[in-house]
Amino acid sequence: MATLEIHDLHVSVESDSSADGLREILRGVDLTVKQGETHAIMGPNGSGKSTLAYSLAGHPKYTVTGGTVTLDGEDVLAMSVDERARAGVFLAMQYPVEVPGVSVSNFLRTSATAVRGEAPKLRTWVKEVKETMERLQIDPSFAERNVNEGFSGGEKKRHEILQLELLKPSIAILDETDSGLDVDALRVVSEGVNRVRETGEVGTLLITHYTRILRYIKPDQVHVFAGGRIVESGGAELADKLENEGYTAYVKGGTSE
Amino acid sequence: MADNIPAGSTTEGAIQVGQPPQQPADARVSAFASYNVADFPVPHGREEEWRFTPLERLRGLHDGSAEMTGGLRVEVTAPEGVTVETVDRSDARLGRAGKPVDRVAAQAYSSFEKASVVTIPKDAVLADPVRIAVHGEGGVAYEHVQIEVGAFAEAVVVIDHTGDATLAAGVEYVLGDGSKLTVVSVQDWDDTAVHVAQHTALIGRDAGFKSVVVTFGGDLVRLHPRVIYGGPGGEAELYGLYFTEGGQHQEHRLFIDHDTPHCRSNVAYKGALQGRDAHAVWIGDVLIRAAAEGTDTYELNRNLVLTDGARVDSVPNLEIETGEIIGAGHASATGRFDDEQLFYLMARGIPHDEARRLVVRGFFAELVQQIGMADLEERLLGKIEEELEASVS
Repeated sequence: MATLEIHDLHVSVESDSSADGLREILRGVDLTVKQGETHAIMGPNGSGKSTLAYSLAGHPKYTVTGGTVTLDGEDVLAMSVDERARAGVFLAMQYPVEVPGVSVSNFLRTSATAVRGEAPKLRTWVKEVKETMERLQIDPSFAERNVNEGFSGGEKKRHEILQLELLKPSIAILDETDSGLDVDALRVVSEGVNRVRETGEVGTLLITHYTRILRYIKPDQVHVFAGGRIVESGGAELADKLENEGYTAYVKGGTSE
Repeated sequence: MADNIPAGSTTEGAIQVGQPPQQPADARVSAFASYNVADFPVPHGREEEWRFTPLERLRGLHDGSAEMTGGLRVEVTAPEGVTVETVDRSDARLGRAGKPVDRVAAQAYSSFEKASVVTIPKDAVLADPVRIAVHGEGGVAYEHVQIEVGAFAEAVVVIDHTGDATLAAGVEYVLGDGSKLTVVSVQDWDDTAVHVAQHTALIGRDAGFKSVVVTFGGDLVRLHPRVIYGGPGGEAELYGLYFTEGGQHQEHRLFIDHDTPHCRSNVAYKGALQGRDAHAVWIGDVLIRAAAEGTDTYELNRNLVLTDGARVDSVPNLEIETGEIIGAGHASATGRFDDEQLFYLMARGIPHDEARRLVVRGFFAELVQQIGMADLEERLLGKIEEELEASVS
């Protein structure tokens, strides 16, 4: 049973405006995500939700200044970006990056080979990719296109979930996967996430600004994120409260800083 | 017509890209040409055609002080039916493709002792390439090569440059009517070599010329491929790949002189740079003269900057003197290898070095496929990986 444990995590980014050149964004995050569970993290803009996501994946822009992150007791913070991915941490990005000249099929196979530790057998792999793409309503021609190049917002998000389904991580972090999606795309993407959740093999950290996606993906726990930490936790009913009341109760003077 | 040109030079990141020079429209037309080195003043570095080149690294090729010491081996291997000759300077065939247009090219033409002449007879279709191996053993050399393809003949010529040399060279391609010539020139020099050359192609009526220039090595490589059309219906495809490492200066200056109606040209050069003081220069001059109605031309230059400290100057320059053309355009863009791409690939479990390889291979792959020579494709991609490998370790 894979368990991601985040304890008292402090993270800063480089900043020109502060004396020591760092600005603290995460101010002591505590969270435990177990395989099979779904946690929604909700919060206003600027509360640090995405910083949490990118810090867990190891983006070089963020500096961890305190706290620990472990996956089954292994020190995630000591791992490089690719080591984290191979250890089972997957980040579906809010703004997936274009990689010119690298085809989706080549990219998927290269990453599957890296994550699984061996090249998938060609015959079963082709079938697996084809079927997964069909379920996500991704046109087969996508396989020959360059990664994220010229993709619409919805196509990028479906491509992220395609990777989620193929790479089968033990911890999936979905960073605002719902933002910018129309209802149809949101449904298709959510179904993809639910297929992965139903295996019971993945712990999901669903980061979102809106409650809309929670109609499709039912969380076990909801956490409100403000000012760089979790300020309230509860069940699905907490999302309903946020839906009705917004974040004003958690935000001083209209901002989260 | 001129309004339809999809022109533009874009830059990304903090990369310096040369601005198109401000100059009179006929500046290129009047480019001076002569076989005699004494007709050219010694460049001082501020001239338009020399402003990117570090003259002090030319080892005297530009000012007459580089005395020939020899040490250059030129071996030509050709299939049956092809004539390979070593001729004296007085041979009347030499110089037909065009005159030297700068001081070093004229120095080469004024200084070589023997020239190599490769003649592919009329109507011959070669099954195997002609191979020219140019190997330097450290000396100063002046070289001249002429390749003539007879009417309706078809040939592939591969010129490989290896070793160390201080070399000024002239290469002529004379294409007979309806002939097809593909030339691959690989600059795989040691990192100490200096190589300056003018490649002049005279393309006959309805003939097709394809040039593939591949530059990996050298301390300083400056190549000047020129295309001149001898009759209507001629076609030129000029492709180039370069991988410029720290401290290297690699300069490709192209000139296509559309002075004849109904000719086509297509240029695509791509380069990757890495390391401190890696400097790549690409100049793409295309001139469509008033007589060249029905011209169709496009030129493209793309650069991928892999690390800090590298510099690209990319200057497309299109001059059009007639509106009666099919198309004319150019594009130039220089992008930085971006850490976000690296992060994205690594976040999918792909190790750092493999992620870099994927991106760089992807950058060149499209061009390599466009070149459409299967055996060359593997060699080029293999060489690119080698360069990346060497730099990573």
